[in-house]
Amino acid sequence: MDSSSSNPNFLSLQNAGMAFNGVDILRNINFNIPKGQTLVVIGESGCGKTVLLKLLISLLQASTGKVLFDGQDWCALDEKRTNEQRLRFGFLFQGAALFDSLTVFDNVAFGLRAHSNYNEKEIEKLVLMRVKEVGMKESVLEKKPAELSGGMKKRIGLARALILKPEVMLYDEPTTGLDPIMTDVINDLILQTRKNMPVTSIVVTHEMRTVHKVADRVIMFYPLARLKPNEPQLIFDGTTDELFKTPDLRVQQFIHGEAKERTLESENHEHRDEIS
Amino acid sequence: MSEPLRKEIKSALNKVSQAFAALGDFTTFSALSIATIIKKPSAGTMIPICFRVGVQSVPVVAITGMFIGMVMAIQVFSQFQSLGMATQIGQIINVSVIKELGPVLAATMLAGRIGSSMAAELATMRVTEQVDALICLGVNPLHYLVLPRVLACVLLIPILTVLANFMGVFGGSMVCTEIFKVDPYHYWQNSRGHIQIWDLSVGLIKPIFFGAAISLISCHRGMNSRAGAEGVGKAATSAFVWSFMSILVLDFFLALFFNNLHQAIWPDNSIKTFGPK
Repeated sequence: MDSSSSNPNFLSLQNAGMAFNGVDILRNINFNIPKGQTLVVIGESGCGKTVLLKLLISLLQASTGKVLFDGQDWCALDEKRTNEQRLRFGFLFQGAALFDSLTVFDNVAFGLRAHSNYNEKEIEKLVLMRVKEVGMKESVLEKKPAELSGGMKKRIGLARALILKPEVMLYDEPTTGLDPIMTDVINDLILQTRKNMPVTSIVVTHEMRTVHKVADRVIMFYPLARLKPNEPQLIFDGTTDELFKTPDLRVQQFIHGEAKERTLESENHEHRDEIS
Repeated sequence: MSEPLRKEIKSALNKVSQAFAALGDFTTFSALSIATIIKKPSAGTMIPICFRVGVQSVPVVAITGMFIGMVMAIQVFSQFQSLGMATQIGQIINVSVIKELGPVLAATMLAGRIGSSMAAELATMRVTEQVDALICLGVNPLHYLVLPRVLACVLLIPILTVLANFMGVFGGSMVCTEIFKVDPYHYWQNSRGHIQIWDLSVGLIKPIFFGAAISLISCHRGMNSRAGAEGVGKAATSAFVWSFMSILVLDFFLALFFNNLHQAIWPDNSIKTFGPK
């Protein structure tokens, strides 16, 4: 699976940091993502995973450091070039982010209508192909997003993201809120996408089954609020096997879903608050 | 200087600087949105918005306009009758409706109906990441979402104002001639001489500015909404409040400007009217 030899620094963060209203969310992040790799990003809610995805596609600008794509710093690009580069990405948002006012067909066809010279017949053919690839029936095309279930929305969101054949796919918690069967369907679709096209994938998730099934490499972030000023925020970087064998308690706690110490910690805080 | 006074001054200066920053942000947003006009918006995006802004606002604007005229007639009739000038009532109703009440109240109704809905719609798109999805698909949200709304308001609010004016004049005349039994011939004859082409033109130019203000303020509020239902609600409310205030402020400055312009063009106050003076 590892095609890292072709371009080991396809996506790269160099001392990247992000702050909102003076509060640091990400601090001094350094890592490279080789072309073709499937990287899974795990970590507690609020540790900056979604922010990381938005930095990678330049929806947000890093407060410090650099974010590079294919050797180019996003900040050095003008608006036209930034847009061109963004079209090399596909983004499956957490809530799918389908356009409410458009039908499923128009949602999936959106990218083609905006950036291709295909006529309506060709667009219809391509949309149908993508919709079938994600396991949906033709009858869904005339529906509005509000009429779809959570799993269906995610699959249509994936079809829309894939319609322009991206080189990088960003998945923001693709299985959150889905039942176990649908979770497996989405995981299979991530694998199938990688099989069908040479795509580099970055998957943000809390779901260990997704980690097991799709990851070439796993990284874990830790919330800055619980770190000392000089501690690194990236607390794990390795393969799935290494993830489960790592002695780091913070990682083990997360992958086994143990909240015991965390609960005690918060109870102690509450107790202290009551006393004060 | 005492410490509390220093704190008060610092806080006041902070508020002033925040107000300037917000004004700068709105100006930049407006300039960038209008600049996207170099690429024509597609018919697919313009038509549904024009339908919502124009066609669906017709009943609201027509009813508002008609009742403005009717209420004006009821309020001024007794004074005019006591002076023995009941047949002159049409001129005061028509001039008031066409110069001020029609444009301002139609714009206010549209700020409530269209402005709030635009702000809520864009705010929802913002918080559900649909705006981010547009950017990822290589589409400029200012061109796709904001420009069609601005164009629809700028083009259609003047037309809706004409409708409000017409309904106001009609409503006023109906109350005067049918309820208060003013002679229709004298009512219309006396009204004709006092509507100037200038008044009609100003009444049509003002709504262009009102439309631009309503759409830009509402879109700006929506696109800068905070997360959650509360954020969407606040965006819709502040869109209406700021639009309404801007309509009144613009109305004042436009009235001042057009009065001065009129004086500059016709210093002797010679004016063209539709009927005999």
